[in-house]
Amino acid sequence: MSLGLLFLTVLALAAIGYAVGRRRAMASAGGDMRKLHSLPTFYGWITALGVLVPVLAVSLVWLFAEGFFIHNSAITHIDMAEVAEDSSVNLMMADVTRLAGGLSVLEAAGTDIEAMKLDIEALKTALGEAGVAMGNDPTPGMINAAEAVRSTGKLSRIGLNVVSLVLALAGMAWGLRRITPEFRARNATEKVSLGLLIFASLIAVATTVGIVFSLLANTVHFFSIYPGSTFFLSPTWDPKFGGGSTLGILPLVWGTLYVSVISLIVAVPIGLFSAIYLAEYASRRVRGIVKPLIEVLAGIPTIVYGLFALITVGPLLRDWIALPMGFGNSSSTVMTAGLVMGIMIIPFVSSLSDDIINAVPQSLRDGSLGLGATPSETIRQVVIPAALPGIVGAVLLAASRAIGETMIVVLGAGAAAKLSLNPFEAMTTVTVKIVSQLTGDTEFSSPETLVAFALGLTLFTFTLCLNVLALVIVRKYREQYE
Amino acid sequence: MTTVPPTQDAVPAADAPRVAHSLFAPDKRTASRNAQESRFRAYGLVAIVIALLMLVWLLFSIFSAGLPAFRQTFIEIPVQLDAAVLDKAGNGDPVEMASVTTIGYGKLIGRALAAELEAKGIDIGEMTPKDLVGMVSENAAADLRDMVLADPKLLGTTVQFKALAHGRIDGYFKGRVTLETAARDNMTSPEKLLLADKMVAAGLMEMRFNAGFLTMPDASDKRPEAAGLGVAIIGSLYMMVVVLCLALPIGVAASVYLEEFAPKNRWTDLIEVNIANLAAVPSIVYGILGLSFFINFAELPRSAPIVGGLVLTLMTLPRIIIPTRAALKAVPPSIRDAALGVGASKLQTVTHHVLPLAMPGVLTGTIIGLAQALGETAPLLLIGMVAFVRDFPGAPMSGLFDPASALPVQIYNWTQRGDPGFVERASGAIIVLLVFLIVMNTAAIILRRRYERRW
Repeated sequence: MSLGLLFLTVLALAAIGYAVGRRRAMASAGGDMRKLHSLPTFYGWITALGVLVPVLAVSLVWLFAEGFFIHNSAITHIDMAEVAEDSSVNLMMADVTRLAGGLSVLEAAGTDIEAMKLDIEALKTALGEAGVAMGNDPTPGMINAAEAVRSTGKLSRIGLNVVSLVLALAGMAWGLRRITPEFRARNATEKVSLGLLIFASLIAVATTVGIVFSLLANTVHFFSIYPGSTFFLSPTWDPKFGGGSTLGILPLVWGTLYVSVISLIVAVPIGLFSAIYLAEYASRRVRGIVKPLIEVLAGIPTIVYGLFALITVGPLLRDWIALPMGFGNSSSTVMTAGLVMGIMIIPFVSSLSDDIINAVPQSLRDGSLGLGATPSETIRQVVIPAALPGIVGAVLLAASRAIGETMIVVLGAGAAAKLSLNPFEAMTTVTVKIVSQLTGDTEFSSPETLVAFALGLTLFTFTLCLNVLALVIVRKYREQYE
Repeated sequence: MTTVPPTQDAVPAADAPRVAHSLFAPDKRTASRNAQESRFRAYGLVAIVIALLMLVWLLFSIFSAGLPAFRQTFIEIPVQLDAAVLDKAGNGDPVEMASVTTIGYGKLIGRALAAELEAKGIDIGEMTPKDLVGMVSENAAADLRDMVLADPKLLGTTVQFKALAHGRIDGYFKGRVTLETAARDNMTSPEKLLLADKMVAAGLMEMRFNAGFLTMPDASDKRPEAAGLGVAIIGSLYMMVVVLCLALPIGVAASVYLEEFAPKNRWTDLIEVNIANLAAVPSIVYGILGLSFFINFAELPRSAPIVGGLVLTLMTLPRIIIPTRAALKAVPPSIRDAALGVGASKLQTVTHHVLPLAMPGVLTGTIIGLAQALGETAPLLLIGMVAFVRDFPGAPMSGLFDPASALPVQIYNWTQRGDPGFVERASGAIIVLLVFLIVMNTAAIILRRRYERRW
């Protein structure tokens, strides 16, 4: 039974449980609803939950654990001596997985795979025709391992089906047996539901724990095979996949900060002035039209900005500014990425600043205007100083957004890690390097790959601090006027 | 006792010359203050105009680059499916016919094209049949082969075949390729372009709406004309279904717990701060989480929509929880009091009264969260969605585990290709993505305008 079918079967069982539970409760009370402790639907619900919850919990754990067991059963078949020198067990296992998939494809197509397994050459061509690409040629050990993958996988799925169905039926039987007119079905249902609600809200916590754990564990691993002093202090970033690379974070941090600063230089004045205009001068109608339009900028996916940088802004800056003035001839530059990112974060500055300026009490404005100040004097000398902490918070949030942004810099800033002052030169950022070190068939044992986790942790810590700081500032500011 | 300093500076001396003031002509200082006022206003206006101009510029640049992707040059010619060439055994068995490769079909198309040109009286000059094959896309032969293998009865007949023109010919009509660039290009030549002009005049070649852009799978580096978004749209759709099925119930459940049931203590405070921070974590960090947890630890397949969906679910959860909690908070306490007063339990109060009233707000937040997830690229790059995928994934649920692409990743993928034809494809794909986003956001706005109640 496929996963989808199993899921539907269990759902159907739960629905049956609901109907039967309800009916049984009514029957047990002799058709008189008043004799039941709870409404009949609750007897139905508790039966249905008794079917669903254990099955879902068990199959979730089962599916996650399955991969682990399959891996272990297969790895015993691999002869460690067979592992090529420039390869590793992990890469080999990737091949084994592909081989297993290929064998299943061939079997489904009606090929005699038992004969195939003895004739490696024939197997290779057959796999090639089936569109299965392998890193290395299959060896007998790998074929055995692939067979182990297939058989363990099949066994695991059969086991999952049996266990799920048994659990579902057992849950239904147990639930139905409990039904008596005295059974407090409502209390039981609500207790289970509350448990589910708590479980849902814990997922958010689990996500954070997962992020921190996966970053930290791999970063620790990275620093155990690569000196921390080079990572933090070396001014060169030069990964070599043969080993012996210099992985200094400084040029990446420099690029990140440079791009972010340019984007803030673009976004802060534009965002702030539009926020002031919208909050203080614009009529209701203008505000109602312009504000959503500016916020459209925040809703556009970053890949769109990336393409905009790549095909429009980059060539424009190169042809009209960088080339005539002799700054360079690259169209992927810090300036390109910074400008485009600046456009993207305008709404982050303007929306939040707008809210904050609106939160400044009207009495402050009235006082200033009453003393004879013009509106602009009021804004500059009263409103802005009063709103300043909140505006700083908004800018910090925008900065954190700029630092963590990926697609614009991937497409707009280039890939060369450089420590340079020229904004018309290609530089690279932390996020770009995370993408380039982790894309493709990666293997989690070389410093060149693991460095991405150290970069990720740096990025995570940095943006987290900025966010917390900004939130604290904004919250403090809000309290001031409440 | 301190002595008060004399304040004669503040009061103008009696003998100072009096400045004549008129109510109708502002004095110099007022004029400069007024000028400053209008300058300040102008700064604000200019800022808004710049922001809006940027938006217009962005959209204009994408649309002008991408709209041509929806139109494509086709060559329509009758092709005689010669049974002697395509089915050497002569028994119409598709398995044996599969031994004829696309090269054989390509020759057939070249011959058909030459015959048709001769029939229309178009002079092909020095061009050989091989050059003529270069007029059509490399994909055309494969299309014809698929067509014949699917229906062997076509053998021996003459079919009206609509072939994609080669990418360079197409680029010529879209202004991307000129006679000068063609002279330096080994994939086409000025003669071919001039012949294409004649074929258009003869009605053999024309540009029309290209539905294949939305339905065909990706194509290899040398065939931008055949590349389509089919696999990417399906992949994105699968991921959105996963996100919707997981993030909506979990998000609503978490919000209900935090808003309606949770005691106010340090533990729930922690969960709240945590959710606020998760919403601001850079998306690429979620990609790292997905790679190390779902792929490396749980050994789920790479490039699979299920993994993308799970990663996007984690990313979207806080973005659903925050508006959902706001919507729950907006339901007035009197509703809860009334329900509790007539004997409903707490859970009944929430499920029967509070949640239905908050539903418009919840759905609006969910749609906006989904729209953000749809456009997200960076985390998907890390979990291997960037791979070249030509096969459509299967039907759900097992199809969720098949490799697929996704709209934003397909766009990124195309920007990394060498052929300039892919820039047009990438921009066209963005238009498709933007149309989806506009539809989703419009739905959210309508939902909010129509059903949101203010108490």
